[in-house]
Amino acid sequence: MRNTFIEELVSFARKDPHIALVVGDLGYSVVEPFADEFPDRFINAGVAEQNMASLSAGMASEGYHVFTYSIANFPTFRCAEQIRNDIAYHDYPVTTVSVGGGLAYGALGYSHHAVQDYALMRSFPNMLIAAPGDPNEVRAVMRYLIDNPGPSYLRLGKVGEATHHDNIPQLSPGQWVQIRKGKSNKAILTTGATLQIGIDYLANKKYENFSLYSLPIWSMNSKVSQIDIIKKFDEVVTIEDHLLDGGFGSWLLESCISASDVIGKIRPIALDPVVCGTVGVQKILNQIGGIALGKS
Amino acid sequence: MIDIKNFANDIRRSCLNMVHNANASHIGSALSIADIIAVLYKDVLNVEPKNPDMLTRDRFILSKGHACVAVYSALAIKGFFPKIELNTFAENKSKMMSHISHKVSGVEFSTGSLGHGLPFAVGKALAAKKMESNWRTFALLSDGELGEGSNWEALMFAAHNKLDNLVVIIDYNKLQSLTSVKDTLGIEPLTDKVKAFGWSVRQVDGHNHNQLKNLLGSTPWESEKPSFLIANTIKGKGVSFMENKVEWHYKSPNTDQLKLALKELKD
Repeated sequence: MRNTFIEELVSFARKDPHIALVVGDLGYSVVEPFADEFPDRFINAGVAEQNMASLSAGMASEGYHVFTYSIANFPTFRCAEQIRNDIAYHDYPVTTVSVGGGLAYGALGYSHHAVQDYALMRSFPNMLIAAPGDPNEVRAVMRYLIDNPGPSYLRLGKVGEATHHDNIPQLSPGQWVQIRKGKSNKAILTTGATLQIGIDYLANKKYENFSLYSLPIWSMNSKVSQIDIIKKFDEVVTIEDHLLDGGFGSWLLESCISASDVIGKIRPIALDPVVCGTVGVQKILNQIGGIALGKS
Repeated sequence: MIDIKNFANDIRRSCLNMVHNANASHIGSALSIADIIAVLYKDVLNVEPKNPDMLTRDRFILSKGHACVAVYSALAIKGFFPKIELNTFAENKSKMMSHISHKVSGVEFSTGSLGHGLPFAVGKALAAKKMESNWRTFALLSDGELGEGSNWEALMFAAHNKLDNLVVIIDYNKLQSLTSVKDTLGIEPLTDKVKAFGWSVRQVDGHNHNQLKNLLGSTPWESEKPSFLIANTIKGKGVSFMENKVEWHYKSPNTDQLKLALKELKD
């Protein structure tokens, strides 16, 4: 995913001289194509994420669309107030990019586990969450973000994610993208890299007749569209590599808070906090956290 | 154009009236920067009241956003918006918040939480360099605000990137919220510290209009180095019973105190 992101960013930067990449001294073997081709628009802010976020807001206030790039919680929690006040409140086009969403940095420990980031980022008015599920969704969300510049959060996996879309889908905030049509009137809905886990669920007898959807772009503002979508289903199971508190499933439940006949259809599957402080490969951690099928 | 002394005096009088009417805090902080603000808006900043978004304008960021009444007053006196709008300060639903707001004409950036103005200004200065624009960026910080680590990140970055189009002014009145800077989180030797970070540093009497004008009008003082002006100021300057009194960080003048203060500032 991260390599696809850079490919897209380079492609857009060729057309738009106001696209800039600001990294927090991370991105080895990923960001070089951008840095090599656009050295004047590649800025290494050093290990200083607060300044990285605020200076990006400053650049954005002068017409740049800035992508800040780091891993896990460093570009979000470390500079949460800078994102809140300087970027989101002022409605500046800064896309905060975090690589290693969820438990992707499995063995690196709690500091590197991004399992509360949705909770933080979705609490800011104006902020758009972009959590693509495969490389084609990365391309799709990049196109949306470039065409609709504003405060946004791009949560990426790491590397090696399978491709599930034959083509690059057209996306808009709050839009569910169908991955597979099932025989029943029940659906699995994923966001981000948990799309692969959703596909694994379909192979399980309990879920074999479910449809599968991905929801790559969502926000506070796109809650309003969810009730009418969920009404069509008998059950919607959400899967996320994030804690339930403040997460994606909770976002969907909040979306339906005014519809008592709809809200009960939603069954969120999110990480158990037991993963906080546990290390291991991502797949095992997702099993321990209760979102991936299989024995932990 | 108004005489600089009268301009500073008008700013102070306006600050007092606004803070009194709103029963707001931070009058000491605003009076401390009144002369700096007057010099900036009269003699230094290239800004156009009728064209506040002019591309070639100098950018001014008030990082100590709690002292906003000084800037709101200067902007109104300059003609960015009608003076009568100052009466809405801190009222319900007012865009004129009691920490500086970008919703007010002429204000670049909202602050309130300390340690945000300089890093943001760094981004503007960097953008100007990238775009080969000649305008300058000024950021006015408080002394106590230097406790925020984000400022030191930005100081490192600005020097490393040779942002000589960036000017920082420290309102060094030596008092912060509860007591003196010295007794809170000492910042001395400030000149040596900031020089060691790669900046060009000068000191000035922050109430001397000529000195301020000469220094702020002549940056960069050293090629390829950002400029850091330590303005030695007096908190509450201009009102004898407020000067150097920490309580005027929070207290709001009552009617009698307002009358007394305005009398001291008459001409």
